[in-house]
Amino acid sequence: MSEQHVDTGRRRFLTVATSAVGGVAAAGVAVPFLMSFAPSERAKAAGAPVEVDISKLEPGQKINVEWRGKPVWVLSRTPEQLKNLATIEGELLDPKSESPEQPEYCKNATRSIKPEILVAVGICTHLGCSPTHRPDIAPADLGPKWVGGFYCPCHGSKFDLAARVYNGVPAPKNMEVPPHKYMSDTRLLIGDDK
Amino acid sequence: MSKGQQLLNWIDDRFPLSSMLKEHVTEYYAPKNFNFWYFFGSLAMLVLVIQIVTGIFLTMNYKPDGTLNGAGIPVAFASVEYIMRDVAGGWVIRYMHSTGASMFFVVVYLHMFRGLIYGSYKQPRELVWVFGTLIFLCLMAEAFMGYLLPWGQMSFWGAQVIVNLFASIPVIGPDLSVFIRGDFVVGDATLNRFFALHVIAVPLILLALVVAHLIALHEVGSNNPDGVEIKKLKDDKGIPLDGIPFHPYYTVKDVLGVAVFLIVFSAIVFFAPEMGGYFLEHPNFDQADPLKTPAHIAPVWYFTPFYAILRAVPSFAGTQVWGVLAMGAAVVLIAFLPWLDKSPVKSIRYRGSKFKAMLVLFIISFIGLGILGALPSTNVRTVVAQIFSVVYFAFFLAMPFYTKNDVGSTPVPTRVTMSTPARQVRFAVLVIVTLVAATLFAKFI
Amino acid sequence: MNKTIRQLIAAVALVVPAAGAFASAAGPALEKAPINVQDTESLQRGAQIFVNNCLSCHSASAMRYNRLTEIGLTEDQIKGNLMLATDKIGEQMNVAMDKKDAKVWFGAVPPDLSVIARSRGADYLYGYLRGFYRDETRPTGWNNLVFDKVGMPHILWNWQGEQVLETVKNAEGHEEHKLKLVKAGTLTKLENGKANTAEFDKRMADLTNFMVYMAEPMQVKRQQIGYMVLLFLTLLLLPLAYFLKKEYWKDVH
Repeated sequence: MSEQHVDTGRRRFLTVATSAVGGVAAAGVAVPFLMSFAPSERAKAAGAPVEVDISKLEPGQKINVEWRGKPVWVLSRTPEQLKNLATIEGELLDPKSESPEQPEYCKNATRSIKPEILVAVGICTHLGCSPTHRPDIAPADLGPKWVGGFYCPCHGSKFDLAARVYNGVPAPKNMEVPPHKYMSDTRLLIGDDK
Repeated sequence: MSKGQQLLNWIDDRFPLSSMLKEHVTEYYAPKNFNFWYFFGSLAMLVLVIQIVTGIFLTMNYKPDGTLNGAGIPVAFASVEYIMRDVAGGWVIRYMHSTGASMFFVVVYLHMFRGLIYGSYKQPRELVWVFGTLIFLCLMAEAFMGYLLPWGQMSFWGAQVIVNLFASIPVIGPDLSVFIRGDFVVGDATLNRFFALHVIAVPLILLALVVAHLIALHEVGSNNPDGVEIKKLKDDKGIPLDGIPFHPYYTVKDVLGVAVFLIVFSAIVFFAPEMGGYFLEHPNFDQADPLKTPAHIAPVWYFTPFYAILRAVPSFAGTQVWGVLAMGAAVVLIAFLPWLDKSPVKSIRYRGSKFKAMLVLFIISFIGLGILGALPSTNVRTVVAQIFSVVYFAFFLAMPFYTKNDVGSTPVPTRVTMSTPARQVRFAVLVIVTLVAATLFAKFI
Repeated sequence: MNKTIRQLIAAVALVVPAAGAFASAAGPALEKAPINVQDTESLQRGAQIFVNNCLSCHSASAMRYNRLTEIGLTEDQIKGNLMLATDKIGEQMNVAMDKKDAKVWFGAVPPDLSVIARSRGADYLYGYLRGFYRDETRPTGWNNLVFDKVGMPHILWNWQGEQVLETVKNAEGHEEHKLKLVKAGTLTKLENGKANTAEFDKRMADLTNFMVYMAEPMQVKRQQIGYMVLLFLTLLLLPLAYFLKKEYWKDVH
C-alpha cells in the first residue's frame, strides 16, 4: 500500500455521494413496507360508506347502522323533542357545538342536515361504551328535568337528543356526527358527504 | 474531546464497541487478492436481511390456516393473494421474499463452490466450513417449510412427498411421518407447525450459526484464491504483508457487488417474479387439493440435485429408504470435506490434474442432477441420474485417494498473486461453456 | 424497451439450469394468445364477458370490483354494467352458487378463477375457451381439445356455434387432432364450408386478456416501477459504487 497521491476530496465526494444514493435506495425500499401498515383494500371495503333507507323511520324511532365497526344511530325526532333541544341548552357543556365533533354542515341547533333526522356515532366520548336511548320524560332514575336523551350505563354520562353532552358528567365532549349525505329524500349515505 | 468521542468512551467503558469494530471491520485484515467469488459471502448476508425483514412484514398479513373460507378457498392461500392485492405494497414485499428465497440459494451455492475450489475448508478453517454446512442445512429446512405456506398444489404435494420420505424408514417410519405432520395427511396442523418453525425456530438457529460462522472465520482469517496463509508474513507492526483492512477496501468493494446484485434482484422482482416457473411454480397458483396430484411434481430448483439423487436410487429389500439415505448423505458429506481432502495445497491453482478432472466431473454431475431433478423421469434420464449420482459420491468418497500428493507444476507462492486479464478471460470462457453445456443438456435430455 | 428487458431476462432464464423443461409438457401445441394487458379497451370488453358469463358459476374471490377502475372504468360504469345491484363496489367477485349444488351438477366445484391464468398460462386459456367440441359420449354433450373430459359445458356455444373433432394425418404422417366448425354461431360464419371465426377469437382473446390481468392486476405497475428502480440502480448507484471502489483500491498494489 502507498499513501501518496491520495485524492481525499474525490474520495470524500464519492463516499458521501454513494452513501446518499444508498440512503435514497433504502428510503425507497422502505416505502412499500410503510404503506403496508395502512388500511388494506379489504379494510377500506369494510369501512366503505353505508346506505340506509329511512323511508320507514317513524318520528321518535331510532335505528342502528353499523359503519366501520361502530354503531351509528339514525334517530327521527318528534317536533316536541326538537323544541326541547333549545330549552335545555343551559345544562349542556357545549350547546353551540363549538368542538369539532361534527361536519361543518351539522354545526347547528339540531346537529343535523334535516332538522328531525339525527345521525350520530353511538359511542360515549368518555370511554367508548354505547349509551342507551332514553326518550321517556322525567323517569324516576334520571330525574324530573329529563326531557329525553341518551344515558351511558357505564359511568352515567348523559346526552340530549342531539347527542350533546350534559354538564357535570364524565364524558368531555358531544358525541360524534359522522360525515353523511342524502342521496334522495329517503336514502341516507353514512360515511361519505361528497 | 468532542461530544461524539465522549459518548463513544462512555460506551466503550461498558461495552467493547470500538474494539469489536476494530477486530471485525477496520482492523480485520483480509487478503488483498479476493476475486469475484468473494462477493457471495456478503451477498448471502444481504439476502438474509432481506428475507428477515420481508418475512416479518409478511407474517403481519399471512394466515397459516388450511380451512376453507366462505368462497371455498383455503384461508392461507387466500391470505397470500390478499397480500398481493389488498395490502398496499404487499406484492413488492412478497416478491422480494419469494425471489430472495431462490437468490439465497444462488449466492450460497456459489459461496460454497468458492470454498471448494480454493480449499477454504482446509486446516485451520474446518469449523468455518462445518458451521457453513449447518447453515446450508438450516436453509434447506427453512426453504422447505416456507414453501408449504402459500398452500398451493406444489406446497401441498411437495410437503406430502418429502414428509413421506420419513415414512420409508423401517419400523418407525409410518408413525414418524404422522408425528411430523400432526395429522394423517398434510393438513392444518402441519401448516401451523411449519409456519412456527419457518418464522421463528429455524431463523433463530440460522442467525446463531451465522454468528458462529463469522466468529470462526475472523479467528483464523480469510483464505484467498491462492490458498496462501497471509498471517505467515507480517510487517514490523504485525500487519500481514498481503492483508488490507476490511474497511474501507472490502466494504467499498462489497458495495459494488451489492449494486450489481440489486440490479439482478430487482430485474427479477419487477420483471420476472415467477422466473419462468422456477422461482414461483405455476401449479402453486392452484389451491392445495388433497384429492388431486398435479401431473408433474418437481421441487423448487434448488432442491433438484438432491431430489434427483433420491429418485435415482432404486428401492430394494422391500424399502425405498435407500434413496432417502443417499439424499441425506449427499448433503451431510459436504461437511466432511475438510477431512476427506488430503491435498497438501489448498487452491485449485496449485493442485494437480486429478483433482481438476474430478472437479469437472463433479460440476457436470451436480448441474446435471439439478436439471434431471426438475424433469419428469424417463428410463434414459434415470440411468443418467444414476451415473451422475455415482460421480457425485465418488467425488467425495474417493477424495482421500485422488487428492493425496496431487499437486500441480506451479508451486504455491509465498505471497498472494493478483488477478490477470488472461485469468479473467479463462474464467469467463469456463462460465460460458458451463452455461451453454447446461442449456444444451436441458434441451436434449 | 419493455420487450428488450423481457428478452434479456428470458435469456438469463435460459441459462438457469433446467430451462426449457416446459417445452416437454404434453398435450396439443397451443396457439399463442394474442393479448396485451396494457390494452384497456380489450380488458374492458374481457371484463364484461367475464362478468356476464363466467361469474355465474366461477368466483374470482381475490378480485375486487373497484379494482376495475385500473382498466379505465369509472365506478358508475362498474356498478351499472358489471355488478348485481346488491354488490358493493369494494366487494370481491364472489358467486352465489352453492358449492355442493355445483359439485352435483358438474361433478366438480367450478374452480375460483382469480389466479387461474398464472397456473395455466394465457395460451392454455385461449386454447381452452375456443377448444370445445361436440362429443355425445360426455354427459354435457361437450368435450374440450385442451382439457379432455372437461366437466364444464360449452356455455358460449351460441356465440361460437358447434365444432367437431377431426383426426387428420399431417405432413409427417402423424395423426393430429383438429377442430372443425360445422355450425355457425352468432359470432362465427360458415360460407361454402369455410369457417370465419375471427370475431369469436377476438372476444376470447379479450377474455383471456382480462383473466391474465386479473391474475396479477399490479403487473403493469410492477414493470413501470421496475424501470425506475433499474434506471436508478444502473445510472446512479452502480457507477458511484464502481468509482468509489476504484478510488479506494488505488492504494492496493
